[in-house]
Amino acid sequence: MLYEIKPPKGLIQINLSELWRYRDLLYIFVWRDIKVRYKQTAVGVAWGVFQPFLTMVIFSLFFGKLAQVPSEGIPYPVFVYTGLLLWNYFAAALTGSSDSLVANEGIVKKVYFPRLILPLSSTVTPAIDFAISFLVLIAIMFYYGFTPTLIGILIMPVLLLVSLIAAAGLGFLLSSANVKYRDVRFILPFFIQIMLFLTPVIYPVSIIPQKFQWIAYLNPMAGLITLARGLLLHTGVVDWKLLPISLLSALVLFVIGLVYFRKTERFFADIL
Amino acid sequence: MQPIIKIEKLSKKYRLGAREPYYSLRDKISELFKFKGHGRGKTKEFWALKDINLAVKQGEALGIIGRNGAGKSTLLKILSQITPPTKGKITMRGRVASLLEVGTGFHPELTGRENIYLNGAILGMSRREINRKFDEIVAFSEIEKFLDTPVKRYSSGMYVRLAFAVAAHLEPEILLVDEVLAVGDTQFQKKCLGKMSEVGKEGRTVLFVSHNMAAIAELCQSCVMLNKGKIVKVGESKKVISVYLANQYKSLTGSVDLTRPMLRRNSLENSLFKWTQIQVINSRGERTSSLEFAEPFEIIISGRATKAIRGLSAGFGVTSALGFPLFNSHVIDAELPSDYPAGKIIFKAKLNPNLLGPGVYNVDVGAVGEGVADWIPEAIRVNVEQVASKAGKAIRSNYDGIVVHPCEWSVQLKR
Repeated sequence: MLYEIKPPKGLIQINLSELWRYRDLLYIFVWRDIKVRYKQTAVGVAWGVFQPFLTMVIFSLFFGKLAQVPSEGIPYPVFVYTGLLLWNYFAAALTGSSDSLVANEGIVKKVYFPRLILPLSSTVTPAIDFAISFLVLIAIMFYYGFTPTLIGILIMPVLLLVSLIAAAGLGFLLSSANVKYRDVRFILPFFIQIMLFLTPVIYPVSIIPQKFQWIAYLNPMAGLITLARGLLLHTGVVDWKLLPISLLSALVLFVIGLVYFRKTERFFADIL
Repeated sequence: MQPIIKIEKLSKKYRLGAREPYYSLRDKISELFKFKGHGRGKTKEFWALKDINLAVKQGEALGIIGRNGAGKSTLLKILSQITPPTKGKITMRGRVASLLEVGTGFHPELTGRENIYLNGAILGMSRREINRKFDEIVAFSEIEKFLDTPVKRYSSGMYVRLAFAVAAHLEPEILLVDEVLAVGDTQFQKKCLGKMSEVGKEGRTVLFVSHNMAAIAELCQSCVMLNKGKIVKVGESKKVISVYLANQYKSLTGSVDLTRPMLRRNSLENSLFKWTQIQVINSRGERTSSLEFAEPFEIIISGRATKAIRGLSAGFGVTSALGFPLFNSHVIDAELPSDYPAGKIIFKAKLNPNLLGPGVYNVDVGAVGEGVADWIPEAIRVNVEQVASKAGKAIRSNYDGIVVHPCEWSVQLKR
């Protein structure tokens, strides 16, 4: 094995074979985060069930009952829970990956490995909660008399994957910004809260005037949530175009994040 | 044969000075509204390494020695790709594993077993590799009984043993080691040294940074001495070490300014208390670090607290010239208060009697407390002269050992 160490210049290419060699480390980081989380919290798995369920109950009360937010003829709890399912995953993945470099400072300063693995592994970890919440969704659907369709179930991993790409892209960007500007971690929760209301989680896209809907769909999560509702809950005609549109905007985020990450990556150990 | 590591004209520049290690977006934004030349620009550049040329042969065990801030750790960091060089080029012909710290990434909540997998993966082992060596690692660490206990319940000795056991089972072509043997008990240190010299015999290349000259002499055939980022001497270990020790005598001074940021690689960035100066005063009240044999002396360490601090434990440790820790002493040992107001604090410790045998000693200073962590290794050097005449008493010069313990002798003759 021969390689050179030189001062970084220009755009650095992504070493895919190296990433592949370190795949065990990605797996180990995911495994560590899950293990530690379930060891530290007394309620463990139950938290993954309760948190979205309680949010759903509160949202149904305030937005569904009191504010009478329309839900395309579907009982509001099922409607909002479907949205929260994907949104909670996205928010957790984004929060985790943005914090990943600073949280693992000790390792970054002492050992070499492709740094991308850290934010990437943090986007994989919340998929466990997603799976648990999805089972809860199926239970809620049966309660309200919906039978899940096969296509509805099969599309979920695809929607999860596109959410992962979007969260990872933003996570790359914010995690490396967080190394340099430590106030990123204080701004992020605020940003996520705003995004929750700008994304059609508690309301359907159909309440936005037709000619402005394309703006909403620039946000990859908007298309993904609308698709999930259409396929699982049969809300009118399913617009399959939303899948490539969401994928495209997720990929744009991914590439931007990746480029910025690679540009700043080599100096992480010096700034941290 | 081609060298396994070839370093050509390697330089590394750091920026030091006015700016914080990281800043906030708020600062960045307010900076946009300032005129150029205003605000920042006070940053000092400093070359941690300058024009290093070095070739390491395969199978060689190379020691790297030098004072604090000489650039030893920076060199290892560049070789292990943790930080990039500013100039120059390194050609590597083998897989590298670096041990800049034992137990990197250990998680306190996880068990010993889990941490073996975690730490192994972080150091670059695959899961298959860890599975294969698992029993060997456990046996080496001598912690079988506590394998399923979270490591937060481990004693520091057990923790280090487990951490080193994982590291000792890496099989890279090039191993970079930084001062990891400074911890752990003597017996385990010997075991680690044994394991590492085994590594050398298997044809692996080892680069070893240490302040422990005895360990360097034992492990490494050849040695590089760095000073202020430059190579001062390369060659056979014994020769380089003797130059290093001779230099220690030359750099003796009775007072050292401890405010230089370079000294603080191991401290909390915003420590509420920081050391500012260390002084050594001899029995005649003179500021000098050259002491007569058995002459009592005083160590004065001063620091500054930016805020009122609580639970401060301040003190110093003395190590031999070869890097072996001899003893340490803290203010709290004397049952003095540990809460202090903001401002300058001066600690004085009288060493009477002076039990140090002839030779050079290093004094490390440290302070820990709430919001405080400031540790400076080798803050000052002290030389105890070989021969002295104390009040007309002739003293023999051939002492063996580091400590001179006063003994009350008596002789009995029986027939």
